[in-house]
Parts: sequence; structure tokens; C-alpha cells
Amino acid sequence: MDGLLLEANQYRLLRDGAWVTLQILGLAFVLGVVLSLVVGVGRLSERRWVRGIALVYVEFFRGISSIVLLFIVAIAIPILLGVSQASILMLGSLALGANMGGYGAEIVRGSIQAIPKGQSEASIALNLSNTQRLRYVVLPQALRIILPPFGNLTIEILKGTALVSLVGLADITQAGNFIRQQQLFGDAGTDRTILFLNILVIYFVLAQIINGLFRLAEWRLEKRFSGGEHLTPLDLPEATK
Amino acid sequence: MSAPDTTPYTGTNGNGAAGVRMRGVNKAFGTNTVLRELDLDVDPGERVVIIGPSGSGKTTILRVIMTLERPDSGTIEVGGRQLYHQPAGDGLKPASEKHIRSVRSDIGMVFQHFNLFPHMTALENIMLAPVKVHGQSKEEARTNAFELLDKVGLAHAANQTPGQLSGGQKQRVAIARSLATKPKIMLFDEVTSALDPELVGEVLNVLRDIAEEGKTTMMLVTHEMGFAREVADRLVMFDHGQVLESGPPADVLDNPREARTQEFLGAVREH
Repeated sequence: MDGLLLEANQYRLLRDGAWVTLQILGLAFVLGVVLSLVVGVGRLSERRWVRGIALVYVEFFRGISSIVLLFIVAIAIPILLGVSQASILMLGSLALGANMGGYGAEIVRGSIQAIPKGQSEASIALNLSNTQRLRYVVLPQALRIILPPFGNLTIEILKGTALVSLVGLADITQAGNFIRQQQLFGDAGTDRTILFLNILVIYFVLAQIINGLFRLAEWRLEKRFSGGEHLTPLDLPEATK
Repeated sequence: MSAPDTTPYTGTNGNGAAGVRMRGVNKAFGTNTVLRELDLDVDPGERVVIIGPSGSGKTTILRVIMTLERPDSGTIEVGGRQLYHQPAGDGLKPASEKHIRSVRSDIGMVFQHFNLFPHMTALENIMLAPVKVHGQSKEEARTNAFELLDKVGLAHAANQTPGQLSGGQKQRVAIARSLATKPKIMLFDEVTSALDPELVGEVLNVLRDIAEEGKTTMMLVTHEMGFAREVADRLVMFDHGQVLESGPPADVLDNPREARTQEFLGAVREH
């Protein structure tokens, strides 16, 4: 068992890396969810130009490779704009979030379209506005369809964060690279296989945590659909007794 | 056939119920014309049952009034206000979305397939529009919702979701939900057609109560001829996008003038 572990200071490097990875994941996720909702709803807009912009967004960000996007956003754009103090962490998250938005928007669009038309008709009959219909009737039901593929997508983004090591961020993968260089030039005895095995386990555990959180969200949502108990006369408010 | 222009006042009556006046309404889906130069008047507080063969367009009448379908041409007045038009100079211009919404608040509809919101309890289904659209406080809306649930005999099911309810119970909740916004006219689109036969009675009983209260105009599309005879002030036989004949239910059902009405009633009775 001892032979499978790294040294304590190496774990500290990986821990710091994991923190960077999680920050990028968190930022990219928040941005990705917002973009998915906005663009996914935009794809179904009554206005042609909104649908057009949403479609261009989806096709662009789904079509471009995330590593190219990352270099454009984190390296090329700051150079072109002459910004030298740009936060690579923010820009990396921006690139990954935009990428997630492209895929997420299509999930959101499909799930909204899967909600029976009668739900919208009942909303119109109750005179809800378009926004209220979306907010209170359509999206809560669409969420049931959105959650499982969004769990997948989030894990994809987790693995995508490894790319930020290429633009100079000290995430888990970059910490791994650093440790490997120490091993090559120093006299540390642990070998590369053990290092990558440890990194694999860290990513796997993070992915399982994401999985668990999505399962929890699905379970809580499902509870809303399954409803409560029969009321007895004692439970009823005064008005109906 | 064209209704005479001496039709009664189509605004609202003392109870607040609203009348409807449809003039020259056309609606086609592709090459299939479902409403053909339709003129139809419904008095405030009147209970009109619309019958006719399937595909005759009777459901579309309700759907254009509820603004679920836009007519191709013609005008519809609800409670004395134009639904799809606004006054402009001497004439009319197409109505803004805001105007349509304002007139629509007088109209309620109950659907064949209930269309309850599955992620909300019965109580939440009923409270949604009063709170979000009509600005009621949650407490007030909750009290009203419980009263309405009690009225349809389902107060005990307040915290249950549609998935836990039978078809008849779902439809009673849907009726309560529609009543919660106090519509001046209510449209019932084959509300018992999706129910098992033994559950039809409980829904018809609720409809009878609403009819007796007389606070709202009722337009019903139904195949329940016995119920129509009992509750309707007027029966309208509809075919090929137009009113074929209309009159007191006993007259139409027992002495239909038109051959196609006789044929239709014969086919319905054979079951």
C-alpha cells in the first residue's frame, strides 16, 4: 500500500491544484448554466433574430474545439486587446463555460420542447405571461429532463479543466506535471505510474461527487412530483370546516 | 346562417357574467376550413352546449375565444370588448398583446386532458394564477383555494399532486383552478371525454353546481346529451364550420329540423 502513495509535499501540490480545478469548474458551471438557459430559451423565441443569434452561438461553440477556444480566449484576446494583467483563471473559466453553454443550450431546448403543449395552453388560459409560463410551468418540468444530461456535461467540463494547464494555470494536471519534473531532475524515488494513478483517483473522486450532487438534485425534484399525504379534517384550515 | 342584429346586450349581466359575440369568424388549418363565416352570440349568464360530429370545428370555437388559436378573420367580442381588435379612429386595428391579455382575464377554460401542472400540488395549481397574475396575497389565495377544493369535494387532496389523483379528481381540481380567477365566461372542452364512465358523474355534478350559481357564462362542448338537456339554455348544432341549428335543448334533441342533425343524433343514440 505504501508503494502506491506519494510524498506529503507532493500531495500538498495536488491539493492546491485541485482547488484551482474546482474554482474553474465552479465558474465555468455557473456561466455554462446561465448561457444554456438563455440560449436554449432563445432558440425557441418567437423573434427570428433571437433564434438566429442563439443558433449561431450554439453552432460556433459546439463546433470549435475547446483547446482552440481556450487559446483564443486566454491568450490571443488579451494580447490583441493589450491587456497584460488578465486573470487566466477567469478567462479559462469563460472559455469552458461558453463551451458548456453551446451543448447545454441544446439540452435545454430539447427538454422545453418535450413538455406537452397542454401545459402551455393551460398557462395561457390562466393568463400567465410568457415569462411566468416559462418560470413557473415549463422550466420546472423541463428540469426533470435537463438534470441527467447536465450531470454528464458537468463531468465533461471537469475533465476539460485539465486543458487549462496548457495556458499556464496550476490545476491538478499542472501540479502533476510539476511533480513529474521534480522526479526527473531530483532523486525522488516514486515513479510516474504511481503519480498518474493518484491523479486518476483524484479526478474520479471529484466526478463521483458531482454525480452524487446531481442525484440529490434529481431526488429532490422528483419529490415535488410525487406529492403529499391525504389531509384529515383536522388538517384543514378553518375556512373549509 | 346569420344571427339577427337585434341580439341582446353582450356586455356583462348583474352577476358579472360576460356575453360573447362572434362575427364572420374564419379559421382554417391548411386547406381544412374549420370555422366558416361564423356568427354566434352567447348572452351573459347563458349556458350554451355545442354539439356536432367530430372534426366539425366545435372545439375550435372555444379555442379561438381562449386565444389558443388566432382566427384568420372576423371579430370576437367578450363582455362587450373586442378580443383581437382595438378601436382605431372609426374602425378597428389588430389588438396589442397587452389588450388581448386584459380581455383574456375574463375567460377561463377547462380542458379534455385536464392539463394540471404535475410538479405542483392541487392547492398550488389553484393558487398559481391568483397569486402571480391577479396579485392576491398567498394567505388569501390559499383560503380561496381551500374553499374551491371543498366545493369540488377535494379539500382532503390539497397536498396531493396530479399523479396521485384519479381522472375525475384531476378534472375537479382543474375546474377549481379555473374558477379561482373568477372568469366571467367559462369554456368547457369535452371535459368528461377522457374519463372512465364511472368518473363522469362526479365531474358533471360540479358543472351542475356552477350552472346553478349562475355567476358565469358557460360554453360547453360535450357528447353527454342527457346533461345537455338538463343544464343547457340553448343547444347549438355545429357542422362544417357553421351553426346548423340552435334552440332549446328539448326542441333540438326531440324535433331536429335539419337532416344532418337527425343523422348525428341518431348516430349518438345508437351507443
